[in-house]
Amino acid sequence: MENQIIVAVLVSIVAFFTVFAITPFLIKFLEKRNLVVKDYNRKGGAMVARPGGISIIIGVIASELVLYAFFPSIHILAIVITSSLAFCVGIVDDRRVMGGWFKPVALAFCAIPILLLGAYDPDLAFPLFGSVKIPILYIGLVIFMIPITGNTINSIDVLNGIASGFTSIASFALSAALFVMQNYEIAIASLALGFVSLAFYRYHKFPSRIFPGDSGVLVFGATYGSIAIVGHVEVIAAVALLPAIMNSFLFLSSMKKIVEHRQIKNPTFLSDDYKLGATPDKDAPITIVRLIVAGKPLTEKEIGFVIFRLAIFSGILAVITAFLMDVRI
Amino acid sequence: MIAGPVYAFVLVMWLLILAGGGLIVTILGPFSFGGSVDLDPILNSGIKVAIALLLVTLWIFTLSTIKNWIFKKQLKS
Repeated sequence: MENQIIVAVLVSIVAFFTVFAITPFLIKFLEKRNLVVKDYNRKGGAMVARPGGISIIIGVIASELVLYAFFPSIHILAIVITSSLAFCVGIVDDRRVMGGWFKPVALAFCAIPILLLGAYDPDLAFPLFGSVKIPILYIGLVIFMIPITGNTINSIDVLNGIASGFTSIASFALSAALFVMQNYEIAIASLALGFVSLAFYRYHKFPSRIFPGDSGVLVFGATYGSIAIVGHVEVIAAVALLPAIMNSFLFLSSMKKIVEHRQIKNPTFLSDDYKLGATPDKDAPITIVRLIVAGKPLTEKEIGFVIFRLAIFSGILAVITAFLMDVRI
Repeated sequence: MIAGPVYAFVLVMWLLILAGGGLIVTILGPFSFGGSVDLDPILNSGIKVAIALLLVTLWIFTLSTIKNWIFKKQLKS
């Protein structure tokens, strides 16, 4: 146990400080090459560097490889490979605007290393009731899981700091759940993702100095999804992600199709005092932000804190679910 | 801003996951559709998948109803 605590501390330090140290240089590099986008919700419409996925993937790889040095398992290797492939998909989407179907299909291929390495358990475990053996169906689940988590995190990347802050909370909750289930190795892998996203949040929070871009959010989502699969905590991971899943659900149920988020009508409007309100446009999708500001307009910072409180709430539900895994009725 | 209904929505999603898991593990998983007849295992699994998808549809319909109710309530307030 003492050994695992030392590894957890070491991995967390590497994860946090790699991203913390690299990101300022990346911001300067991107700004110098005019790789910036306008932040429309900010006074004066500041130009913000993008994509920050490069520092995120370096943080994930560095920290997971440190973990691999101590616990050389195929599970950690599967996480690293899947995250790296998701980064490649994201960087293509950052450079060229691809169609709505590109990311789900490409991310499905990113899940293949998990299958090839056999880094999964085909029993799907549920709280209170036990597990169900689905060897063939589980392969489909693995292939679907990475696009779902990737696009779910991508769908909440709408305001300054939301994607990184939310991923940080969800990863720490998942890590706590894995510690409860005594799956220490994968718990540390999740802890690393939590610290990578926390370090990136330092620069991504309002007012953002850098945006993660598709490369960043897809790394967040794919790493989270692969941890859920190799850690055998699919249901718990879904619970920790509920506010983001809710956002995707709201979006899909109002749009009735998969579209690239850049192609949709804005579900909110910006008032003169720089507060976001719900648009009266009936064709605009219902999203979690539109739902939050439906009552009254809020600042970007206020909306962020509402979403983070929701993330903490679902994180608590995830840890409760982890405790319920050993309870049988 | 009324956050209460949004928390309720997340809580309902969680409860539906628990209930759905219970249905799959205790009823759908061990059930054999052939009865005494030796039914092809792939066909048996196919029927189970179809029922699971039906449950997902029901899950989505329930959530969609709650979503519309919350959104209307938020707009009225």
